[in-house]
Amino acid sequence: MENLLVILLVMMIVAAIMAIHAKDLLSSLIAQGFVGYGLVICFILLRAPDLAIVQIVVETVTLIIMVSVLHDSTRKEIQVPAGKRDIYTYSLSFVLVGLMLYYFNRAIATLNPFGDHALRMSDFYAREAVELSGSTNLIKGVLWDFRALDTFGEATILFAAAAGVMAILRIKGRKE
Amino acid sequence: MTLYLLCFVLFMVGIYGVLTRRNLIKIVISLTIMEFSIFLMLALVGYVSGGQAPLVLDPETPYVQVVDPLPQAMVLTTLVIALATNSMLLTMAIRLYKKYGTFDIRKINELKG
Repeated sequence: MENLLVILLVMMIVAAIMAIHAKDLLSSLIAQGFVGYGLVICFILLRAPDLAIVQIVVETVTLIIMVSVLHDSTRKEIQVPAGKRDIYTYSLSFVLVGLMLYYFNRAIATLNPFGDHALRMSDFYAREAVELSGSTNLIKGVLWDFRALDTFGEATILFAAAAGVMAILRIKGRKE
Repeated sequence: MTLYLLCFVLFMVGIYGVLTRRNLIKIVISLTIMEFSIFLMLALVGYVSGGQAPLVLDPETPYVQVVDPLPQAMVLTTLVIALATNSMLLTMAIRLYKKYGTFDIRKINELKG
């Protein structure tokens, strides 16, 4: 299973690079959709059915919104010769990538190897969720019962984002 | 460890896109790719080899080995928030396009007002 995940992840990385370098914005969106649906397969392989379902919905909605944005504007990528500033941004990004790769290597040295995770506080959830929350789905038990305050915060952020979208998309500004 | 490293490479591809692209839509796509890599990282950390999906199929049976439900619940929250922030970014992009007629961030920066 680990080999399958490695193959999927390499394909996702190739698709991500394609999405960033595509000449046409629509094909860039299709490559981004490949990354998203590859993530769905990864979630199914990692035994996370709830995440897979939600990711399918989220990815589809995101693609629809992006295509409608492109429908309202242009799908041409900006074509300009590389200038002095481009050399600066490219070198900055490569320096940042190398620096973060070093620190990430130091950080994952403390993690357990893949598949050898010890359930510490989730052990309590896994044992007691059915009795205490009455939910046979442990994720729903954690989300709606043990950590309901987090879900409340999520709902707040959703409301704030929806209000922001409404405010930005209003055609006419209010006059004093 | 290979999986963790590949996940981080995906994140790095996203950062590279954000820093080097000039098109607003491509910047949003790169941000989405960064989000995906973080979700995958959390799901990978919570995986237990041989574990079941965190569902109790039969409440009468004693405890079975499951994968960690806590990171999965947190990722579920974050997925929805990512959708909200992405749609917000895209509406900002379309408003900027309506005002300036281009997605090029440097041109938008020059055409102030």
